[in-house]
Amino acid sequence: MSFDIDIVLRYGPLLLSGLWTTVYICALASLLAVAAGLAVALLYSLPFHPVKLLCRAYIEVMRGTPILILLFILYYGGPSIGLTLDAEPVGIVGLGLYGGGYFAEIFRAGFQSIPPGQIEAARMLGIPRRMIVARIQIPQMLTLIIPPSTNQVIILVKESALLSIITVAELTKNTTQMVNETFAVIEPYVAVALLYWLIIEGIAFAGGVLERRFGRAS
Amino acid sequence: MTAAISAVCIAAGMILGLWLSFGLISQNRAIRRASAAYRSFWRGTPILVQLLIVFYLLPTIGVDVPPIAAATIALAMNTAAFQAEIFRGGLLSIPPGQVEAARMLGIGILSIRVRILIPQMMRLVLPALINETISILKNSSLISVIAVTELMRTSQHVVSVTHRPLEAYTIAAVIYLAMNLVLARAGAYFERRYAVAAAR
Repeated sequence: MSFDIDIVLRYGPLLLSGLWTTVYICALASLLAVAAGLAVALLYSLPFHPVKLLCRAYIEVMRGTPILILLFILYYGGPSIGLTLDAEPVGIVGLGLYGGGYFAEIFRAGFQSIPPGQIEAARMLGIPRRMIVARIQIPQMLTLIIPPSTNQVIILVKESALLSIITVAELTKNTTQMVNETFAVIEPYVAVALLYWLIIEGIAFAGGVLERRFGRAS
Repeated sequence: MTAAISAVCIAAGMILGLWLSFGLISQNRAIRRASAAYRSFWRGTPILVQLLIVFYLLPTIGVDVPPIAAATIALAMNTAAFQAEIFRGGLLSIPPGQVEAARMLGIGILSIRVRILIPQMMRLVLPALINETISILKNSSLISVIAVTELMRTSQHVVSVTHRPLEAYTIAAVIYLAMNLVLARAGAYFERRYAVAAAR
């Protein structure tokens, strides 16, 4: 058993294009997840029971079912209700909605951490709801929500490996292709593990920077 | 099948994770480093990649394992890393004075761990442990990829026979959801029970 660096170099471009696909899909999915999570958390804070129930159901379904099932429902089940999407958009939407369930919980905990007196005072002063959220609640909860958000994005990157199963040409898919073409096993998987590890260390580092930056501000 | 594999993985991962968590807080630097490296690998790469590595790598070094064994090994080793981190947090929250006192009384290190540290820590980490069980249950859907006939794989069979993906996968989703809601309820129950026990 020896390590053949030539194979890795020969398949370098293939792996790098997979890496790029993984990165941009994850970036878009993270944005979608944050947006969905924030929207659900805001709706959840409304004093309106049916909306609360719907939000709870969304969160429970997203957190209670495997992402693979969600992807399969979207990709293979979508066409039977007239929703035909390519693999990549399915990946982005699937990962985004899935992450949204987790981000909603993160944001909800963040909103709860702010003393209700502050919101009441702001209301009394006639500050509009939008401004309360953007200027009072979100800046204060940043310190609390940045660490779990970083974790969540890391989890999202790792979940994105599953998109290979619904034929998105991302990092894991391209690696399996490399395995199938070269019959080498060690080299491709070592390379792919390293690449994932690099992305994840990068995100963890960025998270640390954000944490220090906003930790100081408050 | 899904439930059985998840249960075995959680149990095996717990033994390995406990062992690893003591490694993470060991006085010996080499042991600490090795444990941290293990944790870094299993927490830093996707489970799918780990699964494929175990499944394809073991045969190349001459160990022939059936898919189900490869799946169980991979998931158990993965959850061990996460559980070790949970246990480490629990262990750190136990006052060091207790261990020092036990040592002074001449209690063996193994007894200290089994009789003093682990029981106290388990109570603290139970909620986190339930969360980990839920994620293992969900991640066990990935082993359908290496041809283990668990819930996910079975629903794929159903789809290939009936050509009704929406219904089959939705039913699978509902089954997963039901299992996880039961787990979450059990978690909430134990949390309350132990909170009462701890307050006494």
